[in-house]
Parts: sequence; C-alpha cells; structure tokens
Amino acid sequence: MPRHPFRSALLLVLAATAAPLLIACGGDDDDDPPSSATTSGSPAPTAASTRPPLEGEILIFAASSLTNAFEEAGISFEAANPRTKVTFNFASSSALATQINEGAPADVFASADTNQMKVVSDKGNAGEPRVFVKNLPVVVVPKGSSAVATFADLAKPGLNLVLAAPEVPIGRYSRDIFAKASEAQSGISADFSQQALANLKSNEANVRAVLTKVQLGEADAGIVYTTDVAAAGGEVSAIDIPQQYNVIAEYPIAVIKASKERGVAEAFVEFILSPGGQEILEKHGFSAP
Amino acid sequence: MLSRAFTDRTATATVVLLAVAFALFFVLPFVGLIDRALDDGRTWELATSDVAQDALLLSLWTSSLTLAIAVLAGTPVAYLLTRSNFRGKAIVDALIDLPIVLPPTVAGVALLTAFGRRGLLGEPIEDWTGYTFGFSTTAVVMAQLLVSAPFYVRAASSGFAGVDRQLERVAYTLGASRTRTFFRIVVPQALPALLAGMVLCWARAMGELGATLIFAGNLQGETQTMPLAIIQAFEGSALGLAGAIALSLILLAVALVVLVAFRVATGRSVAAR
Repeated sequence: MPRHPFRSALLLVLAATAAPLLIACGGDDDDDPPSSATTSGSPAPTAASTRPPLEGEILIFAASSLTNAFEEAGISFEAANPRTKVTFNFASSSALATQINEGAPADVFASADTNQMKVVSDKGNAGEPRVFVKNLPVVVVPKGSSAVATFADLAKPGLNLVLAAPEVPIGRYSRDIFAKASEAQSGISADFSQQALANLKSNEANVRAVLTKVQLGEADAGIVYTTDVAAAGGEVSAIDIPQQYNVIAEYPIAVIKASKERGVAEAFVEFILSPGGQEILEKHGFSAP
Repeated sequence: MLSRAFTDRTATATVVLLAVAFALFFVLPFVGLIDRALDDGRTWELATSDVAQDALLLSLWTSSLTLAIAVLAGTPVAYLLTRSNFRGKAIVDALIDLPIVLPPTVAGVALLTAFGRRGLLGEPIEDWTGYTFGFSTTAVVMAQLLVSAPFYVRAASSGFAGVDRQLERVAYTLGASRTRTFFRIVVPQALPALLAGMVLCWARAMGELGATLIFAGNLQGETQTMPLAIIQAFEGSALGLAGAIALSLILLAVALVVLVAFRVATGRSVAAR
C-alpha cells in the first residue's frame, strides 16, 4: 500500500473542523472506492428472458472517432429503452483511460485501440473487452489543396503535417504506418518515417482536433480515420494509405467494473454488438469486426 | 423567542465554519498535489525530464516576452485611457476588458480567424510573404498576449488614475518635460499597481492553455508550454499522470516564488488595489 504522508494529519483536521458542516449538510454521502474488485464468481448474466424494463442513466466514455456514430446509437438505445438515459464523454482513448483509472464515473469504455483498453483493464477497472468495430486510417488534406497528392508526399520537405499525439490511438497508428513505409524490403524509403515526422507541426489531443486543423487549412495534411472524413462536411479530401503500409484499427468496448448501472451498461454493450447497433456503426463507415 | 446572545453565537459559529470550509477548499487541492508528488518516487526524475525542461524553458521565455510587449505597448494605452478623453474611449475600454471576460478558447478561435492561413490577415500575409503563424512560437506569444495583456493594462490604468495630479503640475511648473515628469513623478507613484499588473499578466501568460492549443498547436520545444505538457501528460503521454503532477508542482513552486518576491518587493499582495 502506498503511504500518504499528509493523509492522516489531514483526516484529523477534517474531522475536527469540517465534521459539523458535513453533518449539517445531511446525508449526501461519500464515495466508495472506485476500484473495489468484484467479489469472486462472475456476475452471471442471465438470459434475456423475463427481465424487467431497463431503467437508469449511464455515462459512456468513447473515443472521439465514435462521436457521430455513438450519438446516433445512444438515441436508438434510448428509444428502445425509454426509461434509460445515455450520456457521452468523447475524448482521446488515452485521456479517457486516465480519467477512468482516476475514478471518473464511467459505465462503459469504448476505446479506439486495444492498448488503451489494456491501460484500464490492467488496473482491474474494466470487464472483459469485446472488439465491436474496425476502422481504417486515411490521409486527409484541405479540399482543393495540391500540397499532397499521394501518401508518399507526406515526406516532402516543408509540409505542415499534423498528427494526434503518440499515446492517442490514431497517433500511434500513424507512427506504425510510417514505420511500415520505412521497412527495407517493401517500404517507400528507409528514412520515410524520419522525413515525415520532421514535417510534424503539432501533436493534437485527439483525432477530431487533427481533422479540424486540416479542415481549417492550418495543416497541409493529417492522418485520421476513414469514418472521420464525413464529419468534416466536404471540407477535406481523403487520400488512401497504400494497403501494404496501413494498419487496421480495432475498437474494444467493455463495462466499467465500478459501474452502478451494470444492467443498463451491459445492455448498451449488447446493443452495440447487436445487428441494430452494427447497422448504425456501418452507416457511419465503420466495418464489422 | 431565541435570545440575542444565542443568535449571535450561532451566527459567529456559522461564519467561522463557512470560513474554515472555504479555506480548506483552497488549500486541499495543493495539499493533494504535494501529497501525490511526495508519494511517487519518480517525481524528481519526471520534473527534470526533457519534456519538462523544454516546456518550462519555453513557458518562461514566451511569458517574459509577452510581458515585455504588454508593458511596452500597454503602458501608453493605459495612460491614454486615464488621461485623455477621446471619441470611442468607452469602446476601447470595453475591448480591453473583453479578453479578460472571454474564455481563452474563444481567443484561440478568434486568432485563427484573423491570423490563420485562411484568416483575415493570415491569408494575404501568406500570399505575399509565404509566412504562416500557425504552429510557431510566435503564435504562442500572440495567444498569450491576447489573453494576458489586458490584465496589465487594467492594473496600469487604475494605477495612473491614482496618481496625484497636483504633483505633476508642480513638476511642469518647475520646468520638467512631460517625459521626465512621467518617469519621475507618475511611474513611481503608480509603481505598485504597475508591478501588480505585470505579475497578473505574466501569470496569465504562463497559464495560457486553450488559445495556445487552438492557435499554436502542441509540439515539444516549439509550442508546448507547461500547461500543454501537463494536459498531454494527463491525457496519457509517456510522462503519465505522475508527470502531470510533477510538472504541476514545478508551476506551483514558480508561482510561489513570484508571489513571495512581489510581497517582499512591494509589501503588499498582487490583487490589492
């Protein structure tokens, strides 16, 4: 157990001074530890036979690239389960993973890569993750821009290239793609990755921030997911990454262990994996796992 | 009926309790920060990492440059605002307050619309010279200047407003030039307010996040100031949460040094008017 030097002193001070206040405030009670492991034995998911109608509010932490698709899925889920409410927190999967491990009140985590899901499950905070969708990275350039015509142009000197930060899934995928394009046998050139990264002007917080910088014309090029292109409303053009260099992004989803609405959270995950949920995701350009 | 002594005592107790709760609210976050930092064995290593050093250096020199520009350009503006009456003075006054009231993210978007590659001025400038502001350290200083200079101008103009006009007139009567009078009579009297404004302006520049992220981007050594490094660490960069805490601790230390230095130099607190 870690020692917290100030903690005991602090508790004393708190108890002595603030206790009357807390009592006066009434029974708005404190938190229970977020990472309390579930008791042994599985929660035993009963078959969906005679379940009472679902009721409750859940908070979904989802990768930025899922923004439009999940918002639509949330509306569908609420329509099918009128006594539920689904709210979202969209950010980079890496930011979400940190927040969840710090005790953020998430019920479901949908990550854009397995690494960030692992960050959460390694701390015992997530249930069994299931891959629910796949996505493909793509180069985007401002509409009508001629600075970049092919993937290989990303190494052209003087280009303003913007990527997501290396810990963000799409940022990691981008660097993996560059590494593949630098391989001795099959690559574009041995120093492709080095040259392309020399053009890097900013490490953005998430994939949508990369998209915005390209959409604004601030960046000459960026790497996002195929599914993001539609979100830019025709202000960007996509350039395919050659298949031999590209990577396939796999999105896992899991219920958070500390969820107080496990029933609704599990139902939402089931919905995402169901044909109805998959149909919405495919409509937004994602492909089945 | 309750006795007067009883109600008085209850009132006093309530006030004391509220004050204690309020004080705790301000102290606890910093105690928590220091507690976690001491708890983590890697704090020192992270606080002295490459990323931290680059970010601290960039933050210190960009905020100092911002302050220098704010003082050079803001002092005449503040002086004019207190000493002269001109058409549209109220509008200029309000415009200076605008960045104080607006969220910095708005400042960032606004800077893009003016100086971005498709901005009002940014586009012609790129067409003529090929120069772009985005992703440069210049953009960092511009973002800081827009959000922080108003704090200096505000403080300076209230400082000038408090200067004894009689002394100025005496100086003129004795044949001192306007420049000499300004530096020998006006500035010394307004100095505490000017210094307070400088601290506020500099601190606001050090803390700038939203406008910088939006307008300047985030690249180590180029545009990644301390707040950007902290948010990236928090969002899962190699430094991690422990890094975010270590970097926060550095900024906390810098802030304390500045506040103490200010107190020692002027014998009062920054916010006092």
